Amino acid sequence: MISSKQAPEHSETPETPETTELPSVSVRFCGDSGDGMQLTGSHFTDIVALAGNDFATAPDFPAEIRAPRGTLFGVSGYQIQFASSEIHTPGDAVNALVAMNPAGFRSNLHTVEEGGIIIVNEDEFDKSNLKKCGYEPDYNPLDDEMINSTYKICRVPMSRLTRESLIKEDEEVSVKDVDRCRNMFALGIISWLFSREIEPTIEKLTHYFGVIKGKPQIAELNTRAIKAGYYFGETAELFPARYQVAPAALTPGEYRRISGNEAVVLGFATAAEKVGKPLFYASYPITPASDVLHGLARLKHFGIRTFQAEDEIAAVMIAIGASFAGQIGITGTSGPGLALKSEAIGLAVMMELPLIVLNVQRAGPSTGMPTKSEQADLLQTMFGRSGECPVIVIAASSPGNCFHMAIEAIRLSTRAMCPVILLSEGSLGNAAEPWLVPDIASIPEIKVSHPQSNGEPFMPYLRDSETMARQWATPGTEGLEHRIGGLEKEDITGTVCYDNDNHARMTLNRSEKIQKLQDIIPDLEVQGSSDTLILGWGSTKGTILSAVEMLRAKGIDVATAHLHHINPFPKNLGEVLRSYKQIIMPEINTGQLRMLIRSEFLVDAVGINNLAGRAFFVKELASEIEEIVKGGAK
Amino acid sequence: MSDVALPEYKAKDFATDQDVRWCPGCGDYAVLTAMKKMCATLGVDKKDIVFVSGIGCAARFPYYMDTYGAHTIHGRAPAFATGVKLANPELTVFLVSGDGDLLSIGGNHTIHALRRNIDINIILLNNKIYGLTKGQYSPTSEVGKVTKSTPYGSLDAPLNPIALAIASGCTFIARTIDVDVKNMTVLLERGYQHKGTSFIEVYQDCNVFNHQTWFYATQKDTKLDTTIMLEHGKPMIFGAESDKGLRRVGDNVEVVSLGDGVTEDDLLVHDELNLEQAFLLSQMFSPAFPEAMGVLYVNTDKPTYNEMMHEQVQEVISRNKGKTLQALVTGSNTWTVE
Repeated sequence: MISSKQAPEHSETPETPETTELPSVSVRFCGDSGDGMQLTGSHFTDIVALAGNDFATAPDFPAEIRAPRGTLFGVSGYQIQFASSEIHTPGDAVNALVAMNPAGFRSNLHTVEEGGIIIVNEDEFDKSNLKKCGYEPDYNPLDDEMINSTYKICRVPMSRLTRESLIKEDEEVSVKDVDRCRNMFALGIISWLFSREIEPTIEKLTHYFGVIKGKPQIAELNTRAIKAGYYFGETAELFPARYQVAPAALTPGEYRRISGNEAVVLGFATAAEKVGKPLFYASYPITPASDVLHGLARLKHFGIRTFQAEDEIAAVMIAIGASFAGQIGITGTSGPGLALKSEAIGLAVMMELPLIVLNVQRAGPSTGMPTKSEQADLLQTMFGRSGECPVIVIAASSPGNCFHMAIEAIRLSTRAMCPVILLSEGSLGNAAEPWLVPDIASIPEIKVSHPQSNGEPFMPYLRDSETMARQWATPGTEGLEHRIGGLEKEDITGTVCYDNDNHARMTLNRSEKIQKLQDIIPDLEVQGSSDTLILGWGSTKGTILSAVEMLRAKGIDVATAHLHHINPFPKNLGEVLRSYKQIIMPEINTGQLRMLIRSEFLVDAVGINNLAGRAFFVKELASEIEEIVKGGAK
Repeated sequence: MSDVALPEYKAKDFATDQDVRWCPGCGDYAVLTAMKKMCATLGVDKKDIVFVSGIGCAARFPYYMDTYGAHTIHGRAPAFATGVKLANPELTVFLVSGDGDLLSIGGNHTIHALRRNIDINIILLNNKIYGLTKGQYSPTSEVGKVTKSTPYGSLDAPLNPIALAIASGCTFIARTIDVDVKNMTVLLERGYQHKGTSFIEVYQDCNVFNHQTWFYATQKDTKLDTTIMLEHGKPMIFGAESDKGLRRVGDNVEVVSLGDGVTEDDLLVHDELNLEQAFLLSQMFSPAFPEAMGVLYVNTDKPTYNEMMHEQVQEVISRNKGKTLQALVTGSNTWTVE
């Protein structure tokens, strides 16, 4: 996409190269986990947002907080795609890579498109650092002919230039502080390359370091660094061209940038107002869900209570206790934590109390790959409990959608008096996109009622004829004293009961009240007309849309539909599925939703399965779909 | 407020329509009796009381109290009780469960509930055995215990519940025996009155799987020599003839006989507020020492978690008056697409 042609012959005085207009650009920043790459990426995201581009980001960081400097496993990356039209993914191959050290270079080289630009901090490519990331002695990849003929390598002595620009004779500054500003130098170069103003970033740096942190000197150093990088880009003539991506024609309105985890936090806060009672979020720190705890902990003034529990099981039990006492109990975790909570979720199923369990999924069984993403907890979510133990299952499909699904979780849980597991994914939780700010007033209230005594003996398991939910009587209510627990209960009276027929009836009740939610969940919408339907769920929505756009451009038409409700499924799902000759289901697992769909509807759905601990690449998904559509069905 | 008449109850008002299903002669009956008696005198409305339990024989307790109740899952009752109390601090929360539930599978939750000092009342029914699963050794069983799961004797050293409570920062620690309903009732009430977590260990007889375990402390002919009833501000005297006492010697405590130059003035005086002394008392086991009964330790200075949480929430609310949800959702960093 970006030209790799050599810089044109130039005259003695530097002149601004011509600006090339591009529809979209994908950039990746990488370096040591201590190099501030997430921050740099985040600042650049703000820059492209202000310029009115659509964008999608994906951080890629190591589990180690500060891995040994210069090592491959300590590399932290941040990818962003920005465009002049609507986009849904952070991009497959990147057009420009910024590598702050050899380890970043080595582990991210494969992400760069052929002919792409790679800007490296060449000062870091010394013997010791090259050795640390496993290069042969006397080999420097920057001198490799093959690499130089494949990519446009821009060698910038960033360490030296940053020091030279920042250290002034009459000023005492620490070299460490100066070196920390290299990332802003790099950001300056990239800002220039993509024709972006740096003033808004300077304002933010000044406010953050100067006002919030009370370190005006650090603010000044960062400001000098970004300016130095920008001017370097302008004068060094390293680049054949500057690039420009025009603003995207998004739906008019006020936008902010949002990540999935931020959106869940705002969704819960909104739900607290809409339901008119406090939400009690109890959680145990776990990657990648901890940011939800951090975000909610700041919102006590919005009806949110948070509690950092001693373990995952305590967290869910505290949430259930809070629900029993009349607040809305929520717990958040990732896959391993969900496994620990499963017995307690079963208790909430038996007690028939509201409970929301947020699962920001990560990759692999056991500890797996905590900072990588996967959709592989679906079957655990559906079935990972003892006995016949159905829960409501919903899944978010984009960072912004996390907001709406958080509210949906509370709406469904309180209506059915049943736990909801809300599935998010690491790649949604940490990814950011522009988000049209919703009008809070237009979001409907969530109606919840608690019974009062009518003088008759209270029947805790008497069900509402419409919803089949039992009543939510809370302690403190006169005349409704009752006992509930994990033992099987007699229908209506709620007393402990081991009767065979009663157990059969209660088993069905617990399942049927979830099915009843089909009355209030939206039908599945299908886009496009074709014999083939691409059916997805969760974070793959953006990739599927992009892949389908790519296929349509080639004249291959497929229809798409995306499930947000998995238990219960939308009412029309069976009808939709039966109206297509071919169903293709891309998933970031071995085919978990496909298993559910095949068993429930007896359709011969074909899977496209990515097990790499990352999102699909648009091109790979498009070509796999194409292959299946053209008759090569697996 | 003073105009509101306190509810008047009799113990039987707390009975439910459920048949009590403990084995005949089980020590749990005595605890149930004491609890009903105590609840009837508290002046607390039934609607504001919640009983929480885990799993085990003792954990059936909530079904037999006509209040709100939750019979939860194995070991997790302290966490559930924490959620109940924090969601509605107006409620009076009792947690009744056994030694296996609170000290083995639920040990982690127990210590964390104790350290937080949430205003809940934990009653540990310690029968040194697993009853509901039919007779395996428990975390409080003595070394060498022969049970179905340890036919050649158990190898685990027993856990000391009182010492655990002290180490966890518990602010009200007491011990009593199932047969002593009168004293148990008094202690349950003191535990209720205490602001913060109260922890009461009850020596409880499992007359099917571990009968006579506590006989030394319950039988007329031995109990006065094997236990000592602590009274705040009083010298520590015990024995059938009230002729024995406890004396401090260096870092330890020794049993002495009164007379022969030893007088009451030489004895330790019980001080509920003395943490170090409470620890020494927690280490006394029969037959070398009498086992301490009554209130071992009280700390009234430590604020409760629920109060602190309430204050923090109020403080944050007052500091953020006028902030709207729409402003929060919008954030401070927006741009407009025309």
